[in-house]
Amino acid sequence: MKLERLKQLQPYLWTLPGALTEHRAEVLLYGTAGLLKTMDDKVLEQIANVARLPGLVGAAITMPDAHWGYGFPIGGVAAFDAEQGGVISAGGVGFDISCGIRCLRSNMRVEEAAPHFAKLADTLYKAIPAGVGEEGHIKMNHPQLDQVLRGGAQWAVGQGYGSAADLEYVEEQGCAASAVPENVSELAKSRQRGEMGTLGSGNHYLEVQVVDCVLDADAADAFGLFEGQLIISIHCGSRGLGHQIGTDYLVMLAKAASRLGIALPDRELACAPIKSPEGQRYIGAMNAAINCALANRQILTHLTREACNSVYPDIRLETLFDVSHNTCKKETHEIGNEQRQLYVHRKGATRALGPGHPMLPERYRAAGQPVIIGGSMGTGSYILAGNAGNPAFASASHGAGRAMSRNQALKQWDGHTLIHELAQQGILIRSRSLRGVAEEAPAAYKDVDQVAEATELAGLARRVAFLRPKVCIKG
Amino acid sequence: MPFSYFEHDADMGVIGYGETMEQAFEAAAQAVFAIMTNLDGVHSRDEITIEFEEADPEFALVIWINLILGKARESGMVFNDFQLRRNESQWRARIKGEKWHDALERGIEVKGATFTMLSVRQEKGIWVAQCVVDV
Repeated sequence: MKLERLKQLQPYLWTLPGALTEHRAEVLLYGTAGLLKTMDDKVLEQIANVARLPGLVGAAITMPDAHWGYGFPIGGVAAFDAEQGGVISAGGVGFDISCGIRCLRSNMRVEEAAPHFAKLADTLYKAIPAGVGEEGHIKMNHPQLDQVLRGGAQWAVGQGYGSAADLEYVEEQGCAASAVPENVSELAKSRQRGEMGTLGSGNHYLEVQVVDCVLDADAADAFGLFEGQLIISIHCGSRGLGHQIGTDYLVMLAKAASRLGIALPDRELACAPIKSPEGQRYIGAMNAAINCALANRQILTHLTREACNSVYPDIRLETLFDVSHNTCKKETHEIGNEQRQLYVHRKGATRALGPGHPMLPERYRAAGQPVIIGGSMGTGSYILAGNAGNPAFASASHGAGRAMSRNQALKQWDGHTLIHELAQQGILIRSRSLRGVAEEAPAAYKDVDQVAEATELAGLARRVAFLRPKVCIKG
Repeated sequence: MPFSYFEHDADMGVIGYGETMEQAFEAAAQAVFAIMTNLDGVHSRDEITIEFEEADPEFALVIWINLILGKARESGMVFNDFQLRRNESQWRARIKGEKWHDALERGIEVKGATFTMLSVRQEKGIWVAQCVVDV
């Protein structure tokens, strides 16, 4: 991205100069000059398009890990007011609705676990269905799926996958209330029949990590983290059902926008007024997909526990937190001196509630919400804590963000070599797709340290702990 | 049928070429499934048919790709042979492939076709159908 097109407002905050009108709101980009320079110009173009959507409140915002997406940039945040003609956009949520990370903390230290990492890797690889063409162990008919779509992780716990204690540490206690399974197509449900409890592919992973260093002792204590501790992170979403809802509604909302006279600067921003029948239908279907994702991660948590217990009989895995980063959520935010109900789109951005927020579980209320920045399989990830007064509708970065396209990565690396090199560094990779491994090469991602540092210095969230990968199951 | 790819930061751009619009769509479908596996290893054992209605060619490309991806996942299959016919806004296709099995090379899953860089056009007499797909 050409920095000369931007105006720097603060050390970690930039804007796009130009007159603000009722048809063009402010654009804010968080990050360092270095991070912004690595971003494609399309990021700026896309977020400027978001700033032209009706009913936007405040600014259209990008996070420090932003990169070129479709419609919204990945790392894009935008809030809309239904009472002011605000819209809901399928492009602002993405295809993998409620993609997110379930983070589990263990009672085990790396020294105890390390001698059995190879066995753990093989056991997890066998237990966790991952990759293109892989089905899960659970087969469901449509009425059963409707229960999943209504109940989310609460349904999964009711079926014996995990415990009620998990739910306290899942957003919305594991169930999005406004789900309408009837708004989900038969094809979407058919795609999901064999996909509950599957990881998927692409950038999805299950990673065994170790807490390499604690950066905020008080928050780490609240989160139950200590140096040398084994952690497991599961990154996946709503699988085929969410993908199909995304595709079903993309065309439907694009046509609705045209019919309703909404001038879309990019068709990918397909949207409808929140209060319109089309908008309401999408919201019902999207929340059903959120429940599908929450149930999926709950089942994977259960499968992970079973696998880990077979290798380490004394290990205990508790849910640290489960947070989605492809959503639109109805939330209350203070705008001026007024409390307003807004629909906050976060596409490749994590909610980051600050200390004292009533939606946080008691244990984390003083520290703020755990925020997870998932890095590449060769570098590491961060756990952060939400800040009071977060200036971006309580949002923060979600990952390292790609620095290189998949095609470029494929030209530079091959899966076999990469797996060998990572093993030399003490990182065990298990994957059915060598191509997938090559595309996910660590150097194809931005420097996660820079993203986490910029996230903290911009006031979005503060770093609590750095996690180093030990075992990675890739889709 | 020839196909190629173009760059996108997080996802992938697919391009299908053909003497007719339908052939370009078929080639774009080949490009999509070639992301998921090596198509040379797929046998055209089973056939399914699909139909849809769409007058706008660009919307039709997105619907086409998303429909075959949906059918593939629904049936647990990977496709390698596409025959698409169009009668004004009515589209009808015969698609062949087989169920996933251990001998098939695993690439990466394609979630859906997007409107990004979406274009269906004629260039020097050749039909070009392209879009970014989410992976």
